[in-house]
Amino acid sequence: MRTVSLAEREQTLSQAADRIAAKKHPGRILLAVAAACVVTWGALSMWFNPALDHETIYKYLTAESIRAGVMNTIVLAVISMVLGTVGGFIVAVMRLSSNPVLRAIGFSYVALVRSIPLLVLILFTGNLALFWSRVDIVNPFNGDIWHSWDMNDLVTPFIASILALSFNEAAYMGEIIRSGLRSVDQGQREAATALGLGPWHTMRKVILPQAMRVILPPTGSQFVTMIKMTSLVSVIAGGDLLTASQNIAATNLRTLELLVIASAWYLLVTGIATVGQTLLERRLERGQRKVSV
Amino acid sequence: MSTHPDALLKVDSVHKFYGDHHVLRGVSLEVQEQTVSCLLGPSGSGKSTLLRCINHLETLDAGRITMGGETIAYEARDGLMHERPRRAVDRQRQDIGMVFQHFNLFPHFTVLENITLAPNLLKRHSKAKSRQLAESLLEKVGLADKRDAYPSSLSGGQKQRVAIARALAMEPRVMLFDEPTSALDPELVGEVLKVMKDLAAGGMTMIVVTHEMAFAREVADVVVVMDSGVILESGTPDGVFTDPEHERTRDFLRHVR
Ligand SMILES: Nc1ncnc2c1ncn2[C@@H]1O[C@H](COP(=O)(O)OP(=O)(O)O)[C@@H](O)[C@H]1O
Ligand SMILES: [Mg+2]
Repeated sequence: MRTVSLAEREQTLSQAADRIAAKKHPGRILLAVAAACVVTWGALSMWFNPALDHETIYKYLTAESIRAGVMNTIVLAVISMVLGTVGGFIVAVMRLSSNPVLRAIGFSYVALVRSIPLLVLILFTGNLALFWSRVDIVNPFNGDIWHSWDMNDLVTPFIASILALSFNEAAYMGEIIRSGLRSVDQGQREAATALGLGPWHTMRKVILPQAMRVILPPTGSQFVTMIKMTSLVSVIAGGDLLTASQNIAATNLRTLELLVIASAWYLLVTGIATVGQTLLERRLERGQRKVSV
Repeated sequence: MSTHPDALLKVDSVHKFYGDHHVLRGVSLEVQEQTVSCLLGPSGSGKSTLLRCINHLETLDAGRITMGGETIAYEARDGLMHERPRRAVDRQRQDIGMVFQHFNLFPHFTVLENITLAPNLLKRHSKAKSRQLAESLLEKVGLADKRDAYPSSLSGGQKQRVAIARALAMEPRVMLFDEPTSALDPELVGEVLKVMKDLAAGGMTMIVVTHEMAFAREVADVVVVMDSGVILESGTPDGVFTDPEHERTRDFLRHVR
């Protein structure tokens, strides 16, 4: 094998006998044109639809409450993702444990959370006060109440949103992290153990760094999904972007315009997250080539 | 087998089951300090299991293994052997180096980092000292120029030599080798065996599972032959190779030669 420049390649081929004709793909061009037409037509007919008031869109696109909603959506997504990942790690370790009780707890958690729709979970955490209206810290010896909180003060809609999103995410991240940990060869753990490293060092220095290659790419798409899922918390007025735009729509009745505004922001935020994810994956791939096998 | 009072490592009537599979059937073995014991035997006879029991990668079902008079991984109490706390076992493992058939180097660390990882984490020495030690070990296994390379760029023989250096970095009292050259291309076997010979000449206590009969004959002080979970016989290489007691040993030796 020899590496050549494009010019050299042309040079060689131009002198060769029986040159192979470039393959033609007329269908592809046709398909591309058709698709572009459909998308353009759809976008234009929406944008120039008389039902859509452009003035309203310009007016509220960067309104203060919308910007606050965008911030809240990002904060919600990041905090829930972090908590969900930590929770997911715990779930994964439980599911891989040699302790059958821990395994059963981890398994049940994942099974339970995965079978309850996130929307239902959000409605639950948003209505915790219906279960327990107050949270009391009681002196266990004489029953005196040391401190008491109103559940609605303790678990605001924002906190309730974080709770539901994190609990939900922990189940999915648990599965992702578990498959990542399992992807690391058993011999790695044995080598670390044989050196006298304890379980914590073995996990942190040997297993986890190698599992990251398997864990990170799906975690990136989980995060993009998370950004979109935060919109569900608008049902409990979680203070996110969709809540903010619906609040405005409720006063000016411009439902459509505010949905367009929300979509534009979601597109921007998830777009940035997707670019970040792609860059991360590329970097991982490059690192892999350097370190592989 | 004569009982020597100052054996470094004693395996005493060890039994190991995998479910209904009796893999070690009352194995007893003594290893004197600064000797090389080669463990031979057909595949599936329990050689790896025995090594893995010595550093408690596998639990025992009966019997005990002691090093320097201290029972490894267990303590006797109320007439039973109770497993020691994980931390205590990890401490004991630090004195037992192990080299695996498939190297098991850490692919995300450089050669030097592979060697210094455990000494640094376990605070065996200062960072500077363990680095110094790692470099002198690399010198010893002939890979000083590879200290910043990643394992993926090394040949099998180089990988195994790094793995040996990694185990030595914990300054163990005994080294266990489980078929260290079985995964290597034939032309790379020699360089690994040479490192092991040097190690033996330097006085390291070693237990080596191997199919390299020439190595066993040349380097071993004791040759131990295992078959289906029991030790058939043990003795000097000369004794076992030229005049084996057992028909099974004779069979086995005929097959590997
Ligand atoms: N983790 C395990 N579970 C069940 N059986 C095992 C396990 N490890 C080894 N064995 C069985 O124990 C026997 C001894 O294996 P091993 O110690 O690896 O033999 P050797 O190293 O001498 O080839 C074999 O029959 C093998 O199939
Ligand atoms: Mg084996």
